[in-house]
Amino acid sequence: MDYVIEMLGIRKEFNGFVANDNITLQLARGEIHALLGENGAGKSTLMNVLFGLYQPEAGEIKVNGKPVHITNPNIANDLGIGMVHQHFMLVDTFTVTENIILGNEPKKLGTVNLKQAEQKVRELSEQYGLAVDPSAKIADISVGMQQRVEILKTLYRGAEILIFDEPTAVLTPQEIKELIQIMRALIKEGKSIILITHKLKEIMEVCDRVTVIRKGKGIGTVDVSETNPNHLASLMVGRDVTFTTEKTAAEPKQTVLEVRGLSVNDARGVQAVRDLDLEVRAGEIVGICGVDGNGQSELIEAITGLRKVSAGTIELNGKEITSFKPRKVTESGVAHIPQDRHKHGLVLDYPIGANMVLQTYYQKPFSKSGIMNYKEVYKKANTLIEEFDVRTPSETTLARALSGGNQQKAIIGREVDRNPDLLIAAQPTRGLDVGAIEFIHRRLIEQRDNGKAVLLLSFELDEIMNVSDRIAVIYEGQIVAVVDPKETTEQELGLLMAGSKRGAGERV
Amino acid sequence: MSKKWAVLAVPVISVLLGLLAGAVIMLVSGNNPAAGYMALWNGAFGDSFYAGETLRQMTPYIFAGLAVAFAFRTGLFNIGVEGQLLVGWLASVWVGVAFELPKVIHLPLAVLAGAAAGAVWGFIPGFLKARLRVHEVIVTIMLNYTALHVTNHFIRNVISDGSDATDVVKESASLRSPFLENLTDFSSLHNGIFLAVIAAIIMWFLLEKTTLGYELRAVGYNQHASEYAGMNVNRNIILSMVISGAFAGIGGSMQGLGTFGNMFINSGFSGIGFDGIAVALLGGNTAVGVVLAALLFGALKVGSLNMPVESGVPNELVEIVIALIIFFVASSYMITWLLSRFKKKEAK
Repeated sequence: MDYVIEMLGIRKEFNGFVANDNITLQLARGEIHALLGENGAGKSTLMNVLFGLYQPEAGEIKVNGKPVHITNPNIANDLGIGMVHQHFMLVDTFTVTENIILGNEPKKLGTVNLKQAEQKVRELSEQYGLAVDPSAKIADISVGMQQRVEILKTLYRGAEILIFDEPTAVLTPQEIKELIQIMRALIKEGKSIILITHKLKEIMEVCDRVTVIRKGKGIGTVDVSETNPNHLASLMVGRDVTFTTEKTAAEPKQTVLEVRGLSVNDARGVQAVRDLDLEVRAGEIVGICGVDGNGQSELIEAITGLRKVSAGTIELNGKEITSFKPRKVTESGVAHIPQDRHKHGLVLDYPIGANMVLQTYYQKPFSKSGIMNYKEVYKKANTLIEEFDVRTPSETTLARALSGGNQQKAIIGREVDRNPDLLIAAQPTRGLDVGAIEFIHRRLIEQRDNGKAVLLLSFELDEIMNVSDRIAVIYEGQIVAVVDPKETTEQELGLLMAGSKRGAGERV
Repeated sequence: MSKKWAVLAVPVISVLLGLLAGAVIMLVSGNNPAAGYMALWNGAFGDSFYAGETLRQMTPYIFAGLAVAFAFRTGLFNIGVEGQLLVGWLASVWVGVAFELPKVIHLPLAVLAGAAAGAVWGFIPGFLKARLRVHEVIVTIMLNYTALHVTNHFIRNVISDGSDATDVVKESASLRSPFLENLTDFSSLHNGIFLAVIAAIIMWFLLEKTTLGYELRAVGYNQHASEYAGMNVNRNIILSMVISGAFAGIGGSMQGLGTFGNMFINSGFSGIGFDGIAVALLGGNTAVGVVLAALLFGALKVGSLNMPVESGVPNELVEIVIALIIFFVASSYMITWLLSRFKKKEAK
């Protein structure tokens, strides 16, 4: 086969810790090649080796069949390797063109020749069907567009090999579809692509071959046409994984959360939730499904007391909790797994143990007459760490040092342990691998089976369909439909999310 | 264990590098570094008088350093220690002059007055930050000047009749200690040093052991998570500035009730509040670190006075050394990088 990149037997160590152990990845010309692995399996390390940020201890890299030594990213650039980062590296106040030429400006008499650059960007954009306006400001364009600017950046620098690092994590379903088309267009124009991901569906849809790594070891490369998601998942995790979480039928009882006529403004003062009604009962999981930015975050912030309510009521177990302070809401029996675990969920510079009492630190036995009892705090932390399988060197390790999945398990442990009547889980599996996702889904269902009310917010349709007992579709700040996951399809949900009415104008 | 040593490594290496650079400067300017540093050492610890002076100088440094460190640990940058110290100084002296009370009541009252005045001066930026999101750095800088001129006005027009200094505080409000003076060959060392050590212990206890400390540090690290957890972020910001200001205010009491016994018109800042920022930085914003850094600063300041006398080296050299130490601490990234390089080579 004709390989553009060959990484043969790569080994990379950090102070005795082996991040990559004898990994081989061969990228054929004109293929989309997936690099699959759990969080922390060593995907990023391997790509950083290819990019010249790390030097391997053993192994060989060949580009177009010739051995090369990539000692810094500039060499990688010169060899035609470009990376589309997960976290965009763009200057918000610059235009698309200015961002693309940054560090590589075409000069004319000592000034930047913007016109020529803009022309080139426009041509590239048309050639690959990217539909990017070269003169738009980054701050004014959508996340999906920003990603295309990142793609253009690599193309502008003459990349023949593009590495996509978790490109779909930040995109809406529609944008994901468009990205897949763009990737196909790139291949048609003779480029080769490495796609770093842990989403099996995308691999099955768009990739030709997939290389799996697990705990730093190369597991092997398989043709996508000869495999299936279950097989890939077991290769990645090292054991069999179930996708559809086993659960019995829900037995909903009394109403726990009742939201009536709720209106909430967003940070800019624009009405984000409009006259919204919602009900969650004990013993059921209600999934909120919708395109990001339709009022989901504001709804949850209003329930948990983090955002002011402009109209309507929120009741918990028949008692009004509208506009309660967050602590009063928590004490009333609400637990909240927040959407952004780094911003809201954890104090990253506190030990993971101290994070386990973030809402209860002032209560006995953790605090007595104003003095903390850290012995009790860490005792509690250790129980939770064990019970929720949080992989951490110790309870005094800083939360920052844990992987995303383990941070999330810690938060879930903390929230579930308070034994709340209502558990709000906002994107609980965002950025996690299949093993952790499975664990978290089981915990949510366990809560439901214990007679708790669970409100699940997710942008992953699979997750909503799998876990929820009822699905509430949110569109422009209102619940436009409540459907039974057993009686609906992804297509129907997609239409509802896009704002089309169900049946003959039926509303719930 | 190795991590604990790493925490110590940066300040210690910074001090050594600062002294080394000072030696080079002495050499270049035609002085004898050995003689210069010998004079510095003798001037700081050479006999009991100098040691007493060093400890006396260290006292307000500890308070100023604690004030900066406390605010910093809770996510705030208090540049207003100088102003809080001045108002604390004035309040203590005023209570010390105006009242006639038994010592067990008068002295604590005078110290508390200093703490309260500093706390009020810290409350203002705290309140403005909590309510209106005004940055505390700007407000505290402006309040430094306000404090300077307000205290001068009070001294000239309210407490005295147009004089340049207040009366000396009553014996019942004084921190002076005949015992310590005898012990140190009649230096100006006073009981304030004990208060300073107690204050350091209080700061450590408050931050590391109390429920309030858990909250304050959490707010300092991550306001969003603190709000999510149900903490009152605004209250904590104000409280943190108030406590920080109280530490600074007592630093002023040390000057008013101990070192000088009165307060006088200041044409400019004493500099102790600003040095407190350096003390906190060098001490890694921990209580123990602040005490050690304050000792170093006290020794350098007091010892430098002996340098021109004994070795002919101008005492401004110490200012350069201090500046270099701060420079090296601030560029700690460079030192940790060098250390890691060094370790790697050793491992190979």
